[in-house]
Amino acid sequence: MNSSLLFIVLLSLTLFSYWFGIKRSLKVAGGSAYKKELTCLPSQFGLLTAMVCGIPALITLLIFNSVEQIVVEQLLTSTLSTTVQALSSIDLGLYLNNIRSLASSDTAQMLLQSMNNSSDVAVQGQYQAALTLQELYQKSTWLKTALVLIIAVGSVIILVSKFTLTFKARQKSESIIRALLVASSAIAILTTLGIVVSVLFESIQFFKSVPPTEFMFGTQWSPQTAMRVDQVGGSGSFGAVPLFAGTMLITFIAMLLAVPVGLMIAIYLSQYASARLRSFAKPMLEVLAGIPTVVYGFFAALTVAPVIRNIGESFGLSVASESALAAGLVMGTMIIPFVSSLSEDAISAVPNALREASLGMGATKSETVLKVLIPAALPGIVGAILLAISRAIGETMIVVMAAGMAANLTANPLDSVTTVTVQIVTLLTGDQEFDSPKTLAAFALGLMLFITTLGLNILALKVVRKYREQYD
Amino acid sequence: MTNSKDNSTVSNTMSKTSLSTTEKVSLSLKKRHQKEKRFKSIGLFAVLFGFMLVVVLIGDITSKALPAFHQHWVKLDVNYQSDWLKIDDVSEETLKKANYRTVLKKSVYQMFSTPSDKKLSRKDKRELFKLFSTNAEFTIKDNLIASPEHFNTQTSVWVRLDDDVDSYLKEGFAQGEAGLRIKEQQAQWLVKLSTEQRIESRFNFSFFTASDSREPELAGIRGALMGTVLTMFVTLLLSFPLGVAGALYLEEFAPKNRITDIIEININNLAAVPSIVFGLLGLAVIINVFGLPRSAPLVGGIVLTLMTLPTIIIASRAAIKAVPPSIREAALGLGASKMQVTFSHVLPQAMPGIITGAIIGVAQALGETAPLLMIGMVAFIVDVPTSVVDSATVLPVQIFLWADSPERAFLAKTSAAILVLLSLLLVINVTATVLRSKFEKK
Repeated sequence: MNSSLLFIVLLSLTLFSYWFGIKRSLKVAGGSAYKKELTCLPSQFGLLTAMVCGIPALITLLIFNSVEQIVVEQLLTSTLSTTVQALSSIDLGLYLNNIRSLASSDTAQMLLQSMNNSSDVAVQGQYQAALTLQELYQKSTWLKTALVLIIAVGSVIILVSKFTLTFKARQKSESIIRALLVASSAIAILTTLGIVVSVLFESIQFFKSVPPTEFMFGTQWSPQTAMRVDQVGGSGSFGAVPLFAGTMLITFIAMLLAVPVGLMIAIYLSQYASARLRSFAKPMLEVLAGIPTVVYGFFAALTVAPVIRNIGESFGLSVASESALAAGLVMGTMIIPFVSSLSEDAISAVPNALREASLGMGATKSETVLKVLIPAALPGIVGAILLAISRAIGETMIVVMAAGMAANLTANPLDSVTTVTVQIVTLLTGDQEFDSPKTLAAFALGLMLFITTLGLNILALKVVRKYREQYD
Repeated sequence: MTNSKDNSTVSNTMSKTSLSTTEKVSLSLKKRHQKEKRFKSIGLFAVLFGFMLVVVLIGDITSKALPAFHQHWVKLDVNYQSDWLKIDDVSEETLKKANYRTVLKKSVYQMFSTPSDKKLSRKDKRELFKLFSTNAEFTIKDNLIASPEHFNTQTSVWVRLDDDVDSYLKEGFAQGEAGLRIKEQQAQWLVKLSTEQRIESRFNFSFFTASDSREPELAGIRGALMGTVLTMFVTLLLSFPLGVAGALYLEEFAPKNRITDIIEININNLAAVPSIVFGLLGLAVIINVFGLPRSAPLVGGIVLTLMTLPTIIIASRAAIKAVPPSIREAALGLGASKMQVTFSHVLPQAMPGIITGAIIGVAQALGETAPLLMIGMVAFIVDVPTSVVDSATVLPVQIFLWADSPERAFLAKTSAAILVLLSLLLVINVTATVLRSKFEKK
């Protein structure tokens, strides 16, 4: 039985045990007329039985599936001839891959036939190994099916034998549900932990071959390591300063557009606009926030960049076809609704008394906004801007499509620059061996990105929290 | 004022040196009102600028997308001669193996060499053959297999034109003019074809029914759409129950202690982690440690689940918080357990809000590209995926791949795929808005 079929069987068993639990509890009570004798409702007995049937078996199935491949291949390797076992880990991996594809493409009979047809001993060995692999998988599938079904049925039988009139089915099922709820909310922690551990682990591997100081302060970025050590650029260089500078430049351009426009939109919509304009404008601007970033990337690369290039050339400026300006402006467009909605929240959180006092003293609306509301809402606005910066730094698709690949260390917005996220994508797409410094560099960059955005986020929350204390 | 009348001399001397506050105010009033007007118009300008960006963005993409929805076909007189096909009978087996390339070539050469006195040169033949899609060969094959009675006769078959020709015809060049990778000779042939009314523009159904292809005139979004559906299925299946369960625990059960605080801060921070970092997690843990297949919707769905979970938890918590405490107290007062209160009273009340939050989370996941690039959903895949462990790509990644292609016709295809993606998002968001307004009315 394969996993998906087994899963379906398990699901129907669980449903069946719900009904079975109800039946058994009624039997304990002595028929449905006496169900009031039970401490708990029959349906609670059913629920408990179903959970006891499904949950342990499902966990077993998941664990079995995740270790199955590793164990089976270990067993296979131990049966292989000593010459194969002596291979280096990379060659052994290739050999196993070969056998895997043989075992999955042909049936056992076809394999046996081809083995008998070939005369080469090594080839025969491969076919033999493929046959062994198929056998091992068959055995493990049987083992899995048996194990899962025994656990499911066995736990139900044990549980049902304990049913009495005073059996606390509700309390037991509720504590199981509670444990499930706790587990679900702990996934957030596990995710963070997973991110930190995986990225950190790969980064440490990377820093073993490239010293952290070179990575943090080096100004040369050319991760293309050559195939042989004696070739030009054989070592590659991993100075990430040009990437940080490029990220900063594009983020700065984006903020230059998004902050003033977003802030003015927030002020106008919260202080001046009629209710009708507001109800129209807000969803309209939310459209900007809802458009996928890949669409912005396409727009930046194929519409904005050529326009900027044409304008620049009409002034006699040389503009790179993948200029930082195009990527930055489009990124700014994406962030406008983010800045405007967060600043609007900050402005409307200012106590109305302040605003009314200012207007009552004869200040015009603009004076109230500039001299009272904005200073009062400043921490909130700063928090919004910090969050927007963190978002701009982590934005990937716009820069992948519209910014360049070459790591130039420049502050000229008309030049092409590259960013941290662009390099992560370029280093990790395509076929890579997993432990070359080139691949690991992507994780080191990911670590920097994670730390930076996390830091900005915490800083933003702190600033906002400080502001709240002023008025509460 | 009376004061100033009484001491007019004092006031006069005063006015020369310094003005009274009232006068100062009234003098500066005009300037201040001007400033106010300026400020207000800057604000209005910002709002209009925002509108303009929306209109330009959507307008630009729509105008680029329109050409992709129709396609030019050409009617060829195909001669299914047995010596060209290199077969003698029309059994099923032989029809599959016959040489349709020769039939196509010779039929085309025949069409263009009969009226003119000079023979086609080798170069002309090559240029001529380039006018038609590489798929034309298979179209005439399917035609013969569908109606074998055409064997050894001449019949008209509609085939697709090449993508370069298609773009050339759509760009509206003057008749017979060279341009856009079309040589003058080729343009002349096209004029001949269109005067004979052999060229027709049709709605491009294959854009929705075909999968990805290297040839722009054949490429479609079906594979990517299917991949999106599968990935979203996994995402929704995992993120909805997990998100709701997490939110229920944090709102209804969690004791106020350090651990709960840590979970809360964690969730808020995860919501701000760049999506590409989730891709790194997927690559390092889900693929390399747990050994799930690369490029599979299952892995994509898990990564997107982790990414959207914070959004769903935050939205669900807000919805649960909005359930009036009186409902909980009434149920508890009647003797229900905490769990019964939560699942039979709080959850149903909060459901519309939770569903709205989940829809918004899924909309976010639907447009996500970067983490999926990390886990290898960026491969060129021709087959339509049928299960969650098949190799697949999703619509946003397809857009990214096509946007990178050098062929001109892919520009329109990309825009059209974007349009499909945006319409999907629109439908989803409108559903969420309708649900929310229904919820608020209660």
